[in-house]
Amino acid sequence: MSVLGNTAVSFGDEQSMLLDYARSYCADRGGVEAARQRLEEDTEFAPETWQEIVEMGWTGIGVDEAYGGAGLGIGAAVPVLESMGRALLGTPLMSSLLAAQLLQRANAVAAADVLNAIVGGDAATVAQLEGEDWGASAAPATSLEGDAVTGIKKLVMDGASARWLVVVASRGDDTVLAVVDANNLPDGAVNPRVLMDNTHRAADINFDAVPATLVIDGDAVGSALRDYLLLGALLVAAESAGAAATCLDTTVDYLKTRKQFGKLIGSYQALKHPAVEILSQVDNARSFIYHGATLVDDQALSKDAEIACRMAKAQATDTLKFAGDRAVQFHGGMGFTWDCDAQLFLRRAHWAQQQFGDAQHHRRRLGDLLL
Amino acid sequence: MNAAVKELQDFRREVASWLEQNNPRDPGFLLPQSFMEVGTEQQLDFLREWQHKVWSAGYLGMAWPKEYGGQGVDPIYQSVVDQEMRRQAVPICFNVIGLGWAGPLINDIGSEEEKQRYLKGILNAEDIWCQGFSEPDHGSDLGNARTRAEREGDEYVINGTKIWTTLGNYAKYMILLARTNTETERKYDGLSFFLAPMSVDGIDTRPIRKLTGEYGFTETFFTDARIPANCIMGEEGQGWKIAMQTLQYERGAEAGAAGGLQFVRIVIDDLVKQLRDVTRDGRPVLEDPVIRDQLVSLIMEEKAVTLGDRRSGISALTSDYPLSLPLSSKLRWTEYTRRMRQFAINAQGADGALYVGDDRAPEGGFWQRAYMNSFSATIGGGTSQVQANIVAEHVLGLPK
Repeated sequence: MSVLGNTAVSFGDEQSMLLDYARSYCADRGGVEAARQRLEEDTEFAPETWQEIVEMGWTGIGVDEAYGGAGLGIGAAVPVLESMGRALLGTPLMSSLLAAQLLQRANAVAAADVLNAIVGGDAATVAQLEGEDWGASAAPATSLEGDAVTGIKKLVMDGASARWLVVVASRGDDTVLAVVDANNLPDGAVNPRVLMDNTHRAADINFDAVPATLVIDGDAVGSALRDYLLLGALLVAAESAGAAATCLDTTVDYLKTRKQFGKLIGSYQALKHPAVEILSQVDNARSFIYHGATLVDDQALSKDAEIACRMAKAQATDTLKFAGDRAVQFHGGMGFTWDCDAQLFLRRAHWAQQQFGDAQHHRRRLGDLLL
Repeated sequence: MNAAVKELQDFRREVASWLEQNNPRDPGFLLPQSFMEVGTEQQLDFLREWQHKVWSAGYLGMAWPKEYGGQGVDPIYQSVVDQEMRRQAVPICFNVIGLGWAGPLINDIGSEEEKQRYLKGILNAEDIWCQGFSEPDHGSDLGNARTRAEREGDEYVINGTKIWTTLGNYAKYMILLARTNTETERKYDGLSFFLAPMSVDGIDTRPIRKLTGEYGFTETFFTDARIPANCIMGEEGQGWKIAMQTLQYERGAEAGAAGGLQFVRIVIDDLVKQLRDVTRDGRPVLEDPVIRDQLVSLIMEEKAVTLGDRRSGISALTSDYPLSLPLSSKLRWTEYTRRMRQFAINAQGADGALYVGDDRAPEGGFWQRAYMNSFSATIGGGTSQVQANIVAEHVLGLPK
């Protein structure tokens, strides 16, 4: 058996249509101009955009039809998030889909009401991190006693806009999921952080004996958490691959129009060859995310799927980091300014690489899976 | 299962079993890693015998017509053979210029007489072929070829120099691109294509020693060499077109080639296997975190190429830059290969400094030789830097 393992990539007509549609929708509602306009706003998305996303059924991707879901596997989120990444369109879709995945995998029946609410447009997110370490293996310091959740969760994705917070907590020796209604949080509990990339938002949340609406426990929680982290890696990778593709296009456009020393700068090999390297990396990132989309399903993720999600993340955020970094450099003096769009991609890259573990985190685990 | 699928499966089993029984294994001397490294009579005899054996078993040129030494069956059968050969890592079928280029060309546009005369000898390895396209001053720029072919009675008189002639010193025939007319408006229109005998007076070959220390190429000098006029393929002035057609056959049996392995295929699994017994800091090198990180990156790079092949068949996922994957594949694969082999030597520890000829060199210096030979692919057929320009200009639309 080759160390390359499973190399399947499949993409059906239905997914092709979804990709087409998502790309044109996101280009229409998003794009760098729209993203810039939201930078100073309280939320990174316009409420009417979120409403449209809900109406299109995207919040039901990966959710079982019994809970109002779209009848599409979670792999269908890859073309949607890639398209959002292309348009730098930040919304709570990714965090909501991931919260739904975690709940559905842990105990769908128990979480039915919340799943229905998420599909119907309530934003949701998972409150997991307690420090900077995605590889931390210790039990959560956040505790659940009775129905009271106590602890501080850090960098909760879309923490300020989510209605439902799925808090990973310890109850005695068990790790459980405590679902908190944000309406039950006192003022001052949610502390938005200043992110490198303000087209996404995150907050620290201080749970001070906040009542949980629902608690999910049982054997499936552990495996659901593992799958949630892998799917999170895949979806951030999808978004990053999309952003990297637009970053490349933005840079190439500049190389085709900017003249220095009497020549278009795109004719210089010192700029041409790295542009080709970015293209190759974007190609790789897209191959990995659609490979991942092919292998994830609503069962516990297979080893092949785990490898695919980790490779996608390691590749796509390294790609975006490289593309964003070179985009700033290749725009010259202009690239050093706030008004140049290159910085948006560079900033997105450094947000993305820190979600669900960076490239080294995943390569280290890939080493254990492959060698 | 339908009958055709079953038949192919049976055939695959038959081939696998034949190869297992007939694979000559280690001959006790160094075998070439590609058809471009045949440097000794010993290697030549060995490879000639192997190719003859494969052909005799009916496993070479399967899609070529029966009357010229083939089997006249669907090319899918040859593809199955090639896959099994790769899987079992049997020796190469070294007469590649004949099997892969000259043969398919003669099959497609040759006269009946040419087919009778040349095809069987290509398959059974009696007639070795070489290629005379590149010239010392015009590496990849074939359109500028200067070697002259002047018609005198029923002969052409050839003068000039060709370089990188693989198997030039062993070949009986050469596919030769030469200029029959220096006055044409377009430089391409003055070129003609010949199936030239190498045995005539006035052709001298000088072996070129490569960076690996091996031979395999020659520089080929023509000094008033007279070849029969009927050696020309097509008409005078059609040389460029025929040369371009010739370059299309490389893609394997489906494209017309006779089949057989051209290279020893070296993949990431070979690297992992090779490092199993190596230690670093008193531990297996594969447990070293830095080595693991680099190795995983290489695994991902090789996997990305395979995934890219899969994705390239899905138009919805290649719409942005449809030419990107096909036009960059040579650049990416050859550069990856070079770095992967370089890394192999790096990870071998102190013995990685040993070379072919030292009895302690890891795998007889296989990786050292393979790394140096990898430059034949990053340089030949258009250097990586030229390839990157092509991708930049034709895929990204950057200015020249």
